[in-house]
Amino acid sequence: MPPVQKLNPPSAQSAEPFWLDPRKRAVLFQAFVLGLVALIAWYLVTNTVENLHRQKIATGFGFLQKEAAFEIGESVIPYSAADTYARALLVGALNTVKVAFIGIVLTVILGTFIGIARLSGNWLIARLAAVYIEVMQDIPVLLQLFFWYALFYETLPGPRNALNPLTGVYVCNRGLIIPAVDPHPAWRIMALALAAAMVVAWVVRRWARRRQDRTGQAFPVFRVSCALILGAPLLAWLAMGSPRAVTLPELQGFNFVGGKTLSPEFMAVLLGLVLYTAAFVAEIVRAGIQAVGKGQREAAMALGLRPAQVLRLVILPQALRVIIPPLTSQMLNLTKNSSLAVAIGYPDFVSVANTTINQTGQSIEGVALIMVVYLFFSLSTSAFMNWYNKKAKLVER
Amino acid sequence: MNRPTNIQDSPVSNSAEILKPPVTAVGPIGWLRKNLFNNALNSLLTLLTLAFLWKTVPPLLRWAFADALWTTPSALCRQNDGACWSVISRNIRFILFGFYPYDQQWRPTAAVILLLGLIFFSRDRKYWTKGLAYAWIAGLTVMGTLMAGGVFGLTGVESSLWGGLPLTLLLAVFGLTAAYPLGVLLALGRQSRMPAVKVLCIVYIELIRGVPLISLLFMASIIFPLFLPAGITINKILRAQAAIILFTAAYIAEVVRGGLQAIPRGQYEAAESLGLNYYLTMRLVVLPQALKIVIPPTVSILISAFKDTSLVVIIALYDVLKTTQTVLSNPEWMGFSREAYLFLALLYFTGCFSMSHYSRRLERQLSTEH
Repeated sequence: MPPVQKLNPPSAQSAEPFWLDPRKRAVLFQAFVLGLVALIAWYLVTNTVENLHRQKIATGFGFLQKEAAFEIGESVIPYSAADTYARALLVGALNTVKVAFIGIVLTVILGTFIGIARLSGNWLIARLAAVYIEVMQDIPVLLQLFFWYALFYETLPGPRNALNPLTGVYVCNRGLIIPAVDPHPAWRIMALALAAAMVVAWVVRRWARRRQDRTGQAFPVFRVSCALILGAPLLAWLAMGSPRAVTLPELQGFNFVGGKTLSPEFMAVLLGLVLYTAAFVAEIVRAGIQAVGKGQREAAMALGLRPAQVLRLVILPQALRVIIPPLTSQMLNLTKNSSLAVAIGYPDFVSVANTTINQTGQSIEGVALIMVVYLFFSLSTSAFMNWYNKKAKLVER
Repeated sequence: MNRPTNIQDSPVSNSAEILKPPVTAVGPIGWLRKNLFNNALNSLLTLLTLAFLWKTVPPLLRWAFADALWTTPSALCRQNDGACWSVISRNIRFILFGFYPYDQQWRPTAAVILLLGLIFFSRDRKYWTKGLAYAWIAGLTVMGTLMAGGVFGLTGVESSLWGGLPLTLLLAVFGLTAAYPLGVLLALGRQSRMPAVKVLCIVYIELIRGVPLISLLFMASIIFPLFLPAGITINKILRAQAAIILFTAAYIAEVVRGGLQAIPRGQYEAAESLGLNYYLTMRLVVLPQALKIVIPPTVSILISAFKDTSLVVIIALYDVLKTTQTVLSNPEWMGFSREAYLFLALLYFTGCFSMSHYSRRLERQLSTEH
């Protein structure tokens, strides 16, 4: 040991200037960066405080409890102009959730169809799907929203000459009017039955998997689950006296009475978002299907699995591992793009927040609320993604 | 073509007659059978699709071309069933240039042509030299001068009057050129071993990616003025530009991070063992490889950034979408939104499609795999 000490004496290390030690340099650099950021933040905050003081704008979220005094075109919960800003913002947030949720469901369905069509052996269908994907991806979604909205209020006829593609369904410049199902206690019972059936199906799946691990005996989980999920609500419906009353919309004077009206704004946002995002989803689905090698299918067939089993046990788990992560990010994109609804007057969260800002002048709080709400959506999505990735990760040796 | 003759010449197979493949297996008919009618389901699908196309395409073409009016006043359009492209042709200068002074509009025209020329030149990799970088700097300076004026005898034009296509292109081009280096820095910061730098970069990237662009644009248009000391104002276009840059940079950072993670550890270690410091390792070894890998996703970000410039409509900047809407709000041209929006869609499509097409070509050229 003595020779080593001689070669590298402690005194030599301390004599080394600090800028040659990477560790000290790193600390210094980080201190510098943090200081710079803090300085900029301090500068901006002092300016802002001074400006707010000069313009006599009160800060804080006290305005949320004041009366909003503006109407909102559509709402899922009861709302009137006499309600508070907080409630108005809640209405906006629920409208965002509504359009995003319906949009995501439709997008996934349409996108999957187009993605499969893109891989079809039928030349014509594959080409059409390719053209759809290319064209829709290359046109800004905002422009598409404007286009659909213009189509509704400009090209479609008024209620008197409304298009009537199906019995009880009308399309006109007031939106899409569909028949409404009359309220009946059976619907709530059916929803409960559906939820219960889903829970039971999940339990059955776990039980079947454990039994198969133990005894090797397979259980027809899929068929039983289908029977449960379809059967339970059906039974509930029959038990409650099978209500079938439906109100068809009817033209009275200048507008429709009865039925459910989906406003042109809602329809335009939904159409634009779904058609645009479906093009991206289609590409994701195509890539996912192509990512599963041909040998996988052949090997599964050679093991004697039935085609449905090949799909369920071999192809889908592998394809979904590739599909789900980009798919969730597209769903998130759809949710974020729904903020463009403000441009055509659908009262989503951004739109209501914008009105709030204009009325109260609380711009910082308003924009902060918008950011927090969308950050909440994004962070919960990434939390889900991390959970899924952990679950679906390839277990390698 | 050689083998059949050989076979025919050989004495053994002379006796056997060479049969041509059946006419239904090759040529157009064979192609149809193979690609459109190879089984019952596909035949049905083909017929249904053809029927659908037959129902929709001819009326659409009749509307868009045969019955269309191209240059007439709007009154004539209203009596006509076809498309009214006059809404474009009669207002083209406003749509393209907004409120830019009418007699000075050669200047934005020249700026746009200059920009397109630069882009055209940059396509070819053989021009990717330092000279091209200088040409871009010079070109962008000349463009700015042309637009703003005030020197060389050009009348000054307030930037609040800028609008239309030049504005869209300026927002996109400046946004991307500024966001790219910033994005690379952020990506390097996120991969850094220094905890403070890393955390700052992660917070920035995740924060920006979690919110819609529109909230940043709102921030730029209504909150940003509060950030500045009294008396100092920055014009709205620059503020929107800053928002677009900050937004795009976060997305570029994530893409570049993907590239950095794809570089094997051995590359870093080899560079270190050669005695390269951090800066040289990144510049000479890691970044050239990483940035090459991520060209395709980078281009898709460029495409979405180009599309996203349309969002400035919401904070009332007169980009090409807003000028079009202004035309449409004129009572004379009210009701021709379809035609106007289709024209814009074509404009955006051309831009985005050529970018994605170019990216695919570049990907092939750059691929060093065999």
